[in-house]
This record gives sequence, structure tokens and C-alpha cells, in this order.
Amino acid sequence: MSELVETDVVSDALGVALATGGDFAEVFVEDKASSSAYLDDGRVEELSSGRERGAGIRVVVGETTGFAHTADLSAEGLRSAARAAAAAARGGGGGVRVVTLPAAPHRSVRDIGIDPTGVDKADKVALLRHADEVARARSGSISQVSAGYADSRRRILVANSDGTLAADEVVRTMFNVSCVATGDTGMQTGRESIGHTIGFELFDRYDVADLAARAAERAVTKLGARPAPSGQLPVVIGSGGGGVLFHEACGHGLEADLVAKGASVFAGRQGELVASPLVTLVDDGTMAGEWGNYGIDDEGNLAQRNVLIQDGILTDYMWDVLRSRAEGRPGSGNGRRQSYQHLPMVRMTNTYLLAGTSDPDDIIADTPNGVYVKHLGGGQVNTATGDFVFGMSEAYLIENGEITEPLREGNLIGNGPEVLAGIDAVGNDFAMGPPGTCGKDGQGVPVGDGVPTLRVGALTIGGTAA
Amino acid sequence: MTDLLGLAQRVAAEAGPGEQVEAYVSRSRSVTVRAHGGEVESLSVAEPAGVGIRVVVDGRQGFAHCGSLDDAVVRQTLADARDNARFAEPDEFAGVAHPDGVPLVAAPFDPSVVDALDTSAKVALALELERATTSRDPRVRSVRTAMYGDGVGEAAVATSTGIAVLDRSAEAYLSVAALATDDSGTTAAGSVDAARDPAALDVAMVADDAVSRAVRMLGAGPVPSTRLAVVFEPRLAATLLGLLAGTLTGERVAKGRSLYADRVGESIASSLLTLVDDPTDPRSLSASSCDGEGLATRRTDLVVDGVLQGFMHNTWTARRLGAVSTGSAVRGYRSTPGVGAVALAMVPGSSTHDELVAGIDHGLLVQSLTGLHSGVNTVSGDVSVGAEGFMIRNGVVAEPVREITLASTLQRMLAGIVAVGSDLEWRPGGSAASTIVVGEMSLGGS
Repeated sequence: MSELVETDVVSDALGVALATGGDFAEVFVEDKASSSAYLDDGRVEELSSGRERGAGIRVVVGETTGFAHTADLSAEGLRSAARAAAAAARGGGGGVRVVTLPAAPHRSVRDIGIDPTGVDKADKVALLRHADEVARARSGSISQVSAGYADSRRRILVANSDGTLAADEVVRTMFNVSCVATGDTGMQTGRESIGHTIGFELFDRYDVADLAARAAERAVTKLGARPAPSGQLPVVIGSGGGGVLFHEACGHGLEADLVAKGASVFAGRQGELVASPLVTLVDDGTMAGEWGNYGIDDEGNLAQRNVLIQDGILTDYMWDVLRSRAEGRPGSGNGRRQSYQHLPMVRMTNTYLLAGTSDPDDIIADTPNGVYVKHLGGGQVNTATGDFVFGMSEAYLIENGEITEPLREGNLIGNGPEVLAGIDAVGNDFAMGPPGTCGKDGQGVPVGDGVPTLRVGALTIGGTAA
Repeated sequence: MTDLLGLAQRVAAEAGPGEQVEAYVSRSRSVTVRAHGGEVESLSVAEPAGVGIRVVVDGRQGFAHCGSLDDAVVRQTLADARDNARFAEPDEFAGVAHPDGVPLVAAPFDPSVVDALDTSAKVALALELERATTSRDPRVRSVRTAMYGDGVGEAAVATSTGIAVLDRSAEAYLSVAALATDDSGTTAAGSVDAARDPAALDVAMVADDAVSRAVRMLGAGPVPSTRLAVVFEPRLAATLLGLLAGTLTGERVAKGRSLYADRVGESIASSLLTLVDDPTDPRSLSASSCDGEGLATRRTDLVVDGVLQGFMHNTWTARRLGAVSTGSAVRGYRSTPGVGAVALAMVPGSSTHDELVAGIDHGLLVQSLTGLHSGVNTVSGDVSVGAEGFMIRNGVVAEPVREITLASTLQRMLAGIVAVGSDLEWRPGGSAASTIVVGEMSLGGS
């Protein structure tokens, strides 16, 4: 396969970037092709395709990073962006530096079964039609259905003045179904999605009919839901559906850039007990096929499996190049960016809680009164205070150790360190959850998460019932 | 530099017999400076550009986009859009906009004010913002972010049906997130200022606002669950009204996802609420002369004295619902036109913010909301969000609270607006709002 840009052109651009001085320079080249199809209101409304291709160049001088990007991947296009980045970094020194790169990039290789770009568009459309039919047939209460298919292929090449030269290619395929159910109590919604870093064989592993049926079922169930309680209760989080809890409760707070700025409640707590001993939390970019998986991060470092919390003890933060260079330690493969138009920063990959030993049925049976959250929505955290919220998109009351009535949607709020300490049961039924997009400082990147069934002693439930 | 309108027109002219073609071409230039620890943390120069092409043939719509203005890439994008159209299902209402005779109102635009400021002045503003923020109060020694940013953008729309327009915008902003620390822990609070002219940005105001907000939250904790009156200051009122406006689009109505589909002419809110979307209002930083399909923007009355007046439309929703486009198509080059508000504005009431607070026995003055994307369902109307703020006891602002939720439904909140303030603010996001008091919401706490 041909390179996005020839090595000598990249090497030349790095030289230009450092021509006026500078401690570090990097060229990031990206070529992303995407396609999608969307059905709504009973009709295949639109097929779309897109192509984004360009390079981002950064130059670091002391504490300052200069950054510029270009859609022109010619030698002169890269030189021009390199000069702009160097000027932005206000490189004061002088002298010519020659950057020596390996002859060929380190290339991460993963198997893609069926390249989605080679699949007939009619086959993608047929999946949408099938999902629509199944969802509508599920219940007379289903009043609206939308379904989306999307695939992308992202090739990157990263080179820097430390001699790194690495390339990667990630294919993503995803599908989602959203339903509206209408009844006497108004409208309710249900959404399901699947996504993996694999090709069109996604649909050999998953049946869109199952997905559509579950989305429809969720919307219909909520028509009969009662208002959620207001206030603190024990909360049982369902297997697979609740990984966002850890993403918000501590994931962001363990990102080294926020730690270094004193904007994390977990700053300075390495080696300390920060969670229940039942908690072992891992961030793992190497998890094949998962939504947050890649070969190299967007700074050219290999994806890694990093244990963040071991048996309740904070073992390490997540790192990017700038932070790990500042600390004189190895990186952790967590430097990511939304596109070549963005600077990288510390980001999560696939974040998950390791399985425990409890039987999930026992966890519920041991909870006299509480809330069972089967499926979480998104979340948000204030890393400075540790307060975080996350939505419950499917939840039920637990009464006398049994799951009873469905609850209307709402947020739960808790404080990261308190919630981690308050985890008093972890099940043996680990599962990864649906694909997610994590937002930080205006950049979105794909992430995965997973949990076994677990219980938090007390969380504040944002309902309206007394 | 590529002539954007010329490029868009060349693409639109490629339309074959029985085919409609629309090209949306945009380009912007932005500078972002982040300061931290008395140094420039980063300085980014961005010049993104791209083309989105929509093809409609026999009621079938296809779309493709590219992040490039290169002729060969644009030609391939047109071919992709045509191929995509083959696989969509026919829709009698599909099609690009036609000129509707509504004249364009020129929006305020002066790129020279952003361009005139050289990079060192922009860097100085970011550094000054951090310095000002960290020198106000001994408890605020650092920031999570302190930044200056600006952008100048232009976008052209041309169609084979005769539309050919170019719209431009320029804006500069300051943004800071202050961290305050004492024995009780650390808090964070942010503030933003935006203007068309960087000279109008107020460093001291942004620093003061962020510092006072961060410091006054120190020592906050949860309070027991209760029901109480809730005061939303202008910046949060603007957020709530944005949620409401999201339900008032023709797209939501046409596809059975609007709470208010059959309610035109009926009261959906307290009579104190009047809300319009008017992108021609030069006071809005989002003011623009044309929408994403190239039609002139215009004022749309959404709610007057609590009564629903109608919905916002783009070309498709208008045709589908037998209405007229309100010039409310919103988009970037990567997507087909959606429908949305651009410059929401409410009509202020007569009481000052302080008078409103003084009239509340048991309430909460909200400082920030979280989880709007996960806890607000604008189809069902359920609202449940995380909040920070202050208790109001007997008309007086009392202790700070955090780690609490506020819950209700959009329907009940709108009907339950018991007061609207006189303190109308045009916010950096382009909308105008004043303080809103909702009579009762559920607070979830300890």
C-alpha cells in the first residue's frame, strides 16, 4: 500500500518546522473516507459520502506549541504549514536540524473482514429497511422509526523529530435504530446502536432485527414508566450498559493534562486507595474490534493496555507526548485528536471495570430498595470537584430485592471518589457496551466502555417523585 | 484565493436535465491562543474549507462532501453525490430551494477588525486573561483554560434553480475556566465574552465573573431533596429556550417528534414568555443574511404571550407541511440542511434580577447545569439535569449547593414560568435572554 506522503517529504517538513529552533516537531497526516445512509419516517432519506484529507503540523518551543494544518499534501503544502506552525511557536533560536526517520513507517496491521467501501450501497439500504420493518411490527405504539448506517476508513501517518515514523489504518462500521412510541402518556424514545472497528462483517455478528426490536421495546416500555425517585438510593448498574459511569466518575480525572493543571480530584493520589478494593479499572486501546481500538495513537505511539486502578489503588494516569515528556516518563498511547485540524490531547480508549465474583441475580436480590439502571445514556463531569452526571435511558425500581416498574428518564449525580468508594458489589458477567463518542475541549473521539453488573451504595437520582 | 461563489456556481451549472444541484462552499480562518502558567500553551492557526453537494433527481436525494476546494476533488464529490442519489427513495417534497423574492438584509460584518489585530496582540489578550484571573483572589491561583480565539468565515450557496449568495461572518472571543481552592476542596467556573471586534472584549469582566463564580462555590454541598422555585439567570435561560426551540422545527413536526405539533394558536407557556428567532437582528452575534439553502433570513415569531405562533422551516419541511420556508436551514458543508434557530430572543420583563430573588421564600439560584444531553429528552419532554447554585431563603441568597439534580418536564417548566427579568443579555452564542423564574421543580439531593 502506498504511503499517504513519502518519507522524504515528511522529513523535509520536519526540518522546515525546526528551522528557526524548537524542541520538538511533528507531522500528522490523515486521510479519512466515510459513507452513511439514513432512513427516517419510513423512507431512505439520504446517502452521504465524505472525504477529508490533510496534515497537521506542530512545533514545540519550551512550553509553547505552535500548530497549523493544510489540506494540501504536496511537499510545498507541508512546508508552508510547517513554517506557519514554527511562526506560531515563535521559535527564536536558529540552526538547521536534520531529522532522520526510518526508511519505512512502523505499520499496525489488523484484519478487516469485508471492506465496507466494496459493499453495494443497495445492501446497506436493505439493512435500514429491514430495521424499520422490524421496529414497526414490534408494537402498534411505535409511531416513528429512524435508522442509520455509517462506515469510515481512517488512514494516518505520524512522524516526529524524535525519529518516530508510524502508520495506521482503522475501519469503523456502525448501525443505530431510534424509535418513538406514542401512548396516552405522550411520546417516549428508545435507541440502540452497535459499532466496531471491523468491516461489513459486523452484520454477520449482529442482527439488525434484534437491535430494532430492542429499541422499539425500550420506547414502548417507557410509555408505562412512572416518574423516577428524587434523592439518594442504592443503584445497580447493568452489565454492558453502564461503562460511562467510570468514564465520568474517574476516567477524565485520570487524564494527565487535567491532573497537571490541578483540575482533577485525583491529582497527587497515585498509590493511594481511591476506590473500593472491588474496583480494577483498565483503559485498553488494544482491545481488538472495540470502538476505541487503534494500532497507534495520533502521536505515533502504540496503543496499550493500561491498568489505572488496581484493587482500589490508583496505579497510573493516562498520558500524551507533551505530558509524558514533561515528566520524563514513557507515554501510554493515549494521545488522540478528532482530525488533522486539531491538536492531540490525553483521551481514553476502551475503559472498563474487570469482572468480580458476585452472581448478578444475587446483587439485585440483596438490594431491598433501589434503582436498577439497565442502560445508561451519556454523562458529564466537573473534574475539579469530581461531581458527575449520567443519564439513565432504561431504568427500573428495585423493590424487596426484585426489579419492578420501569422509570422515566433522568440523570443521576454523584461525586467520583465517593461513588468509587461506595461500590459494594461487582458481578461476574462482564460485557462491553455500545459505541460512544467522548467530547473534551470541543473534540470528539470514538471510545468504548464496559462493566459487569455492579452496585453503588448511594447515588442521587434526579427524578420528580417524592 | 478561490472565489467561493464562483466555485459554487460552477458546480450548480453541472446540473443535467431533470436534475437539481446545490453546492454549499465554506472557508474560514481562525486563530486560537491558549495561555497557562504565564506562558503561551498553544497557538493554532486553522483554515478549514470544504464543499457539500446535494443532487436531487426524480425526488431522490444524494449528498457528498469533501474537505477541499480543489477542482478535481470537487468533481469527484459531485459524482459521489449523483451515485448516492440512485439509492435513496423518491420523495415528492425533496428538492433544493428556489428564489422566493425575500430580500437579503445585510448582516454586520467587518473582517478588518479581526485581521487588524496582529498575532502578538491576540497572544497578549490570552496571557492577560490568565494573569487577571489568577491575580484577583488568593484562592484562585490557576486556570484550567484561558483562551483567546477568533474566526472569519464565508459561505456560498448556489443552486441550479437560480440561487447564488455569499454570507460572511467574523467574531472574536475570550474564554476562561478558573479553579478556586481552599480547605474545602477545589471548584471550577467559567466565563466567556464574544464580540465582532476584539477591541470590545472585556478581559476584566470575564476574569471577575469566572473568579467570583468559582470562589462563591467553595464549601458547597448537597441539600436534602425538596421542591422549590428555581431562578435561571440569562445565560441559563438562553440554554432552556434553546431546548424549547429545538422542538419547534418543521422537521420535528413533520416526523412526529414535536411535543407541540398540534398546538399552534394554543397556550404552551406562561403568558410572560415571548420568543422570536430573528437572524436579521444586528445585536445577535449569529446575525446572518441568508440561511443554509441560500434564502434570506427573516424574523420568525415562535411564542407570543405564551401562545405558540408556528414553526421554523427549511425548504423540505415547508413543502411537506404546506408552509413557507422561514429561512431557517442550518448546516455546515458536511451535512444537508437541517432546521434550527439562529438568533433566539425573548422579550424582557420588568423586574430586576435582585427583585426577583427578593420575592422568593424557598428557591434555588442556579449557577451551572450539566448533563443536558443525557437528561433532557425533548421528544418526551422529561427534564433532569445536574446543578450547582445557591439556596434562596426568605428572599436572600444563602449557602452554595452542588451535587444536586433539578427535574421537571419542559411542558410544566414553560407553564410554570412565574417571572421574567428586565436584565436582557445578548449572549456569546447569539441569543438574548433575561432571568426566568420557574415556580416549582424537584431538587434531588442528600
